[in-house]
Amino acid sequence: MAVSAERPSASAETTTIIQPSKGWVRLGLRELWRYRELLYFLTWKNILIQYKQAVLGVAWAVLNPIITMIVFTVIFSKFLHVGTGSKGGLPYPVFVYAGLLPWNLFSGSLSSAGASLVGNSNLITKVYFPRLVIPGSAVLGQIPNFLISFVVLIVLMVAYHVAPTWNVVFLPFFTLLALATAMGVSLWLSALYVLYRDVQYIIPFLVQIWMYVSFVMYPPDTIPHKWLWLFSLNPMTGVIEGFRWALFGHQYQAPNWEFWISVLMVMVVLMSGLYYFRRMERVFADLV
Amino acid sequence: MSTAISISGIGKRYMIGATQKRNDTLRDAITSAATAPFRRLRHAGSSTGHVSYMWALKDVSFDVEAGQVIGIIGRNGAGKSTLLKVLTRITQPTAGRVEIHGRVGSLLEVGTGFHQELSGRENIYLNGAILGMTRTEIGRKFDDIVEFSEISEFLDTPVKRYSTGMYVRLAFAVAAHLDPEILLVDEVLSVGDVAFQRKCLGQMGEIAGSGRTVLLVSHNMGAVRGLCTRVVEIEGGHPVADGRAEEVVNNYIAKQLQAEGAVLNLPRPLGRSDELVITAVRVLDDQGKTVGPFHSSRPIVVEIDVDVARGNAAYQVGFDLLSGGGLVLRTWHTDGPPDAWPQLAVGHNTLRSVIPAGLLNEGSYALAPRADVYRSHWIVNGDEAIWFDVVKDHLESPFSWVKNPGPLAPVLDWGVAKGDASDVGSLSESGGDVTAPTPPR
Repeated sequence: MAVSAERPSASAETTTIIQPSKGWVRLGLRELWRYRELLYFLTWKNILIQYKQAVLGVAWAVLNPIITMIVFTVIFSKFLHVGTGSKGGLPYPVFVYAGLLPWNLFSGSLSSAGASLVGNSNLITKVYFPRLVIPGSAVLGQIPNFLISFVVLIVLMVAYHVAPTWNVVFLPFFTLLALATAMGVSLWLSALYVLYRDVQYIIPFLVQIWMYVSFVMYPPDTIPHKWLWLFSLNPMTGVIEGFRWALFGHQYQAPNWEFWISVLMVMVVLMSGLYYFRRMERVFADLV
Repeated sequence: MSTAISISGIGKRYMIGATQKRNDTLRDAITSAATAPFRRLRHAGSSTGHVSYMWALKDVSFDVEAGQVIGIIGRNGAGKSTLLKVLTRITQPTAGRVEIHGRVGSLLEVGTGFHQELSGRENIYLNGAILGMTRTEIGRKFDDIVEFSEISEFLDTPVKRYSTGMYVRLAFAVAAHLDPEILLVDEVLSVGDVAFQRKCLGQMGEIAGSGRTVLLVSHNMGAVRGLCTRVVEIEGGHPVADGRAEEVVNNYIAKQLQAEGAVLNLPRPLGRSDELVITAVRVLDDQGKTVGPFHSSRPIVVEIDVDVARGNAAYQVGFDLLSGGGLVLRTWHTDGPPDAWPQLAVGHNTLRSVIPAGLLNEGSYALAPRADVYRSHWIVNGDEAIWFDVVKDHLESPFSWVKNPGPLAPVLDWGVAKGDASDVGSLSESGGDVTAPTPPR
């Protein structure tokens, strides 16, 4: 049953003001904080459903990256002789798997969060809450998959005798960066999906193309140096490169200026996504 | 008394023909953006363009005192649900301002946020969070919720295996344990069976009696009359009456009758344009007159105009007959013996049915058309109702001075049973006999 309530605030008197919002809106992060438990529950629901509905359930989180890794290793490493970076010391399976980890977090988020608003139209038209909670919970719902896949990476690294370095302390930062990118793009896509229904066809296409320009299956030095700046505009470049650097340290190239441009792009995408979403939020219930 | 809700100058505007005008696909948006300069050139003279607007709400202002139980009534499309959506912040107003003082809970539908794959227990937590409860609050009330719902044995069963009744009970149990200062309620009363409606009414009566502020949007005149102290009638997006519940509701019903007789001319057809739509409903007397009051001694004819777009042998059309209090007396459908089902042809059909003479008591009744595909889905689900009045003039005791209570008035035969119970089946003709019956011994 659709019941929503303002959570009790510190003061006994809660006053809600309802009026049209004009132009640029505030991000409303304080309100989002008040609804953190709803975010928690919706994330929890997304995770439960993911595993209840899929026959393979948890196994899928392991199989998906492993199969992709095997296919990529055979095609790119064995057939096409793609290297693993200027220092070249990494086994290709470990290299590509380390790229697939943040990539799958990102692409899984896009697929799940992109359609999330339309998929939850019953909630949006019946209950009020900050709509950010919906794509937010879809993105956060991808974390268990990520963690399960991460365990596989550890196994792989042990098997290929690749030792992590101290850079690994930065790994949480890059994971957050991956989430921030996923969130930013998901906000754009989910809001656009409400307005334009053909976004559902665009998302799989986008995910596919994006992967090819994100250094998942090949290292940056494969492409001509003069085009590197173009790739750095892709936020996922920084995420994936940062991931590998954090994991493999000196065996992999250190972050350069292209990396920082990419990180900057993450922030641009996230902030613009937040603002666009908040701006469109007021019409969701009328259109969804 | 302090003000709980203060509504001033609220307006909500929608674009008309939005589906055609809006760019539904990104492709259209891009095409239209690309061709926009040319269009502007072509229509250089007319600056207004083709977009027209409709105000679903216009200049709505009223205050609700704390502790007041207020009903919002009006025809479908009058704007009452839009008003509720504005008050619950689901949609933004185009103009005006609302101030709400106190914690708000809203109840627009039964079962929103429930997920079929999740168990009853999981849904309680999820739903509770969607309702606005905190985790600790749900934990504290969990046992009460389970007890109220009467489904404790099925707590760990996915709700997709629940019967409709269990599902609704669980959904309602969670909502019933919400504890807001201000409760905004939509047509939830129209969901579920009569017993459930009564439970809802009871629960809401409790809420209403507990000093909480309640704003109730409803078609159910009985519920509005029974629960609310004050009623606001909305017509064309604007409040047209505001006052004591009894008064406003009675005037509303009377006005409905005067305005159109017992004809329901629908501003837009009810139903699904790809299946069938109901375009009009008429209640007539045996002379073909639509203007009541109708005489209980004569049959009342019901005509439902149906436009069928796609043939389907499984269509059922019918109506709910409701008492003035909103109680469903009976739902009738075209679903008699299979060979007696009237088959609807593609195109226009008029279905006719007769409420027999002598069935109804004096009073106001509502008739809500329905249509569905047998065992599949609703097409029209009692969304709109037509009101009519009946005066009682069929045979009854000459000693009866006041209106007998209740909506039904068929004349029953009475006699004095002599000896054993087998006599009951063979009572002598005793038409107007008013002898008090003696129970068989």
